Amino acid sequence: MSWFSLAPAVPEIFLAAGICVILLVEVFAGERHRGLTPTLTLLALAVGAGLTVRYGHVTQRTVLFDGMYVADELGFALKLAAFLFVAVALLYSRAYLEQRSILRGEYYVLALTALLGIFVLVSANNLLTVYLGVELLALSVYAMVAFDRDSGIAAESAMKYFVLGAVASGALLYGMSLIYGLTGTLDLGQIAARLQAPFSPGVILGLTFIVVAVAFKLGAVPFHMWLPDVYEGAPTSVTLFIGTAPKIAYFALTLRLLTQGLAGTEPQWSQMLAALAVMTLIVGNVVAIVQTNLKRLLAYSTIANVGFIVLGFVAGTPDGYAAALYYTLVYVLVALGSFGVILLASAKGFEADQLEDYKGLYRRDPLLALAMMALMFSTAGVPPLVGFWAKLRIFQALWETNHLWLVVIAAAMSVVGAYYYLRVIKLMYFDEPAAQLPPTRAAAGVRLALGLNAAAVLLLGVLPGPLLDLCARLIR
Amino acid sequence: MLIWLPIGAGLAVLLLGDRNIVAGRWLALAASVATLALSVPLWSSFDTATAALQFPEKLPWIPRFDAWYALGVDGISLPLIVLTAFMTVPVVIAGWRVIETRPAQYYAAFLIMEGLMIGVFSATDALLFYFFWEAMLIPMFLIIGIWGGPRRVYATIKFFLYTFLGSVFMLAALIYMYVKGGSYAIASLQALPLTLIEQRWIFLALLLAFAVKVPMFPVHTWLPDAHVEAPTGGSVILAAIMLKMGGYGFLRFSLPVTPDASRELDLLVIALSLIAVIYIGFVALVQQDMKKLIAYSSIAHMGFVTLGAFVIYEIVRNTGSLQGAGMGLDGAMVQMVSHGLISGALFLCVGVLYDRVHSRQIADYGGVVNTMPVFAAFMVLFALANTGLPGTSGFVGEFLVIIASFRASFWYSALAAVTLVLGAAYTLWLVKRVIFGPVTSPRVAALEDLNGREYIVLTALALAVLMVGVWPAPLLKVMQPTIQHLVSQAIATKL
Repeated sequence: MSWFSLAPAVPEIFLAAGICVILLVEVFAGERHRGLTPTLTLLALAVGAGLTVRYGHVTQRTVLFDGMYVADELGFALKLAAFLFVAVALLYSRAYLEQRSILRGEYYVLALTALLGIFVLVSANNLLTVYLGVELLALSVYAMVAFDRDSGIAAESAMKYFVLGAVASGALLYGMSLIYGLTGTLDLGQIAARLQAPFSPGVILGLTFIVVAVAFKLGAVPFHMWLPDVYEGAPTSVTLFIGTAPKIAYFALTLRLLTQGLAGTEPQWSQMLAALAVMTLIVGNVVAIVQTNLKRLLAYSTIANVGFIVLGFVAGTPDGYAAALYYTLVYVLVALGSFGVILLASAKGFEADQLEDYKGLYRRDPLLALAMMALMFSTAGVPPLVGFWAKLRIFQALWETNHLWLVVIAAAMSVVGAYYYLRVIKLMYFDEPAAQLPPTRAAAGVRLALGLNAAAVLLLGVLPGPLLDLCARLIR
Repeated sequence: MLIWLPIGAGLAVLLLGDRNIVAGRWLALAASVATLALSVPLWSSFDTATAALQFPEKLPWIPRFDAWYALGVDGISLPLIVLTAFMTVPVVIAGWRVIETRPAQYYAAFLIMEGLMIGVFSATDALLFYFFWEAMLIPMFLIIGIWGGPRRVYATIKFFLYTFLGSVFMLAALIYMYVKGGSYAIASLQALPLTLIEQRWIFLALLLAFAVKVPMFPVHTWLPDAHVEAPTGGSVILAAIMLKMGGYGFLRFSLPVTPDASRELDLLVIALSLIAVIYIGFVALVQQDMKKLIAYSSIAHMGFVTLGAFVIYEIVRNTGSLQGAGMGLDGAMVQMVSHGLISGALFLCVGVLYDRVHSRQIADYGGVVNTMPVFAAFMVLFALANTGLPGTSGFVGEFLVIIASFRASFWYSALAAVTLVLGAAYTLWLVKRVIFGPVTSPRVAALEDLNGREYIVLTALALAVLMVGVWPAPLLKVMQPTIQHLVSQAIATKL
């Protein structure tokens, strides 16, 4: 085995090395040069993405490390997307962290370890690797939620996240152990080969536990309890982080575990997911209506969107998975922008997380308001914005598999959902500013990034072809 | 070209911003006039001998879905495109001095909307049609919400959610047909064989979308709110163009795509139309608010459109006369064009009064003729047109529909003709209370007559109303082949 054969794993290897270097730099120079670590981190992400494009590209499925690790085009694309999303998230966050005096190197290191967890998860081909990725990502994120150590609510939500997350990890491990016990292998490909219908009750039990864990990670009802509290309690920059890149990882988790490893049990899990999706759509959309906190509202909107992603899996066809992938990428792009708006609208001592704070935003900052409007219409699924195509793809996949009732419920719920997105726009555009609020202050570069973010939502909406093709090609 | 010119100009006005609003205004006017000018050759070089789509444009859009950026014009879309281009000009002029807050965005919203509406009427790909159809909600939502009256937020959210609810089910139906037939081209949807059960569901999904837009009883309740709260320009576009999209949808999708279900459920639509014509007519009679009255009268008049479109099945069933069926559709189309002109003009008239007095209550007026004689003449003309006076465009459409429905059944035409009485009652009573009588209010006494801008706008509209009324032949001729083709599609069976 030559070193060169490890090339597909270059993102992970580079990132692990980068984390060590940045940690050392932070220890020796972090106190004196505050801006060093953030800059180094962004640099590392850019170089990492460059190396991935140069060396990490694989045209066909390659298995490395004795079957623990798989490199394929899907993984390649998802990793590049994760590089991009994490970089943008960190870019948006910097001023926010500075204002709250929590701009510390550890934050960036934690973000990078979370990213490493995402990569591991995306490329996992073995139950152990899956678990490794899940925990690496989750532990980094727990620490990030508690990062503002003086904030009681952040500590509370970190605790909640940790305890509930541990339960979910337990469920995942238990399900994995049952599957391992019944098939005698941890390798996802082998599991798929050895699981044959009819299934023993043990397999179904193990599957159930795994579905529960996946639902928890995605935030599907009734395993969504942690999500609104964590989104609201965490510092907004962390909410932005956990609301974006990890979703890609959890999409990959669902895809690798359910549609590859446990492919044989598709009839069983697709029923479970269908029930989860319906509950998720209804609870997410209806509960979002009564929220007064924008972060919490977006948390419920996340839950509602997860319902759509799960519907893509329910379809149970490659087309459905491609639809779910497309939906995930689009959702992450939009979430990145909407939490970015909250970050940019905040100021020292002002979180800008109440809906009231957005009254008359148009007058205070037209660009932010315009970007937010585009993002909200996109999540509501109105053309010409990209969110429309995401919903269309899901509907299409469901029709192809004759899920009439799911289409009807999803369509009705997207109308309910439109209401609270419109409410945000109404506050920004139709209402007068409530009180004297601090002006929005953000560096030109960050504003430009947000503008590009919103422009991408529009552009991908007008010309959706390429991304749709890409998603279909990645899932074959 | 007609689509992107206004949209591009709209973006340019937006970029010019409120500070350069003088330039922005002129640019908006130039763009809307240019669009109108460009639509004239469309009309003059239109080949009136064929039902095929003309001036086609076709570019690949989303190859994966076999969705094309495909445009084309036929006899039922052409009049509506020209109407759109024609009505946007007065709207731009009407907002000239009146809109003081964020004028750049106001013009931008209207121009972008004009482009999108033309897109709706010229799309020959169902996905593209839906794309324009839905995208248009965004500018309209903002127009009502930002420049509207006191209850604008309620009205605009109601408007948005109602239309959105209708359209998502249309989308679901379109996707279903795509999954079945593998193409979004409208022509292939029309050719797609469907069982009766499928047709019924698709018909109902489409009905929901178009009925909300038209709007038909009982999903009309968003319209009075939206009209009352919208600024004048918004009301004009809403009444003149957006309602027509619903009628256009019936002709373009419901009749040819689901002919058997349409035949089976035609009585449902006819009944709803007649309820709209009569019940809403009575409702209009008791309104205190001028805009609300005209809004209800719009619903009643649009009832004629849906009646004309669906009565064809009864005509064919009872007499077998295809020519009679064509007359029903002719009437529906003429009624759409004419209602677009008349209701737009009436809303402009109300806007003229509102700009001066800042009230829409009928009770606040009276004796306007004494202070604004020229305006009064226009208003009376449009009001008479609204009642269907011979010589005006209102007469042609209603007359054709009533004659056609007479062939179907005496009772349809009798009930439909009631509207002539009711329409005359509420419109003339409105005129009597607003225009004539003694001057009671000091605010009316201080009124000044039309300025040049308003004069030009109302003259142009009056000429159009009279022209369609006196000599509708060119309009009918343009529509003729397409209507014939449509009748054959609508009565053919897909089973």
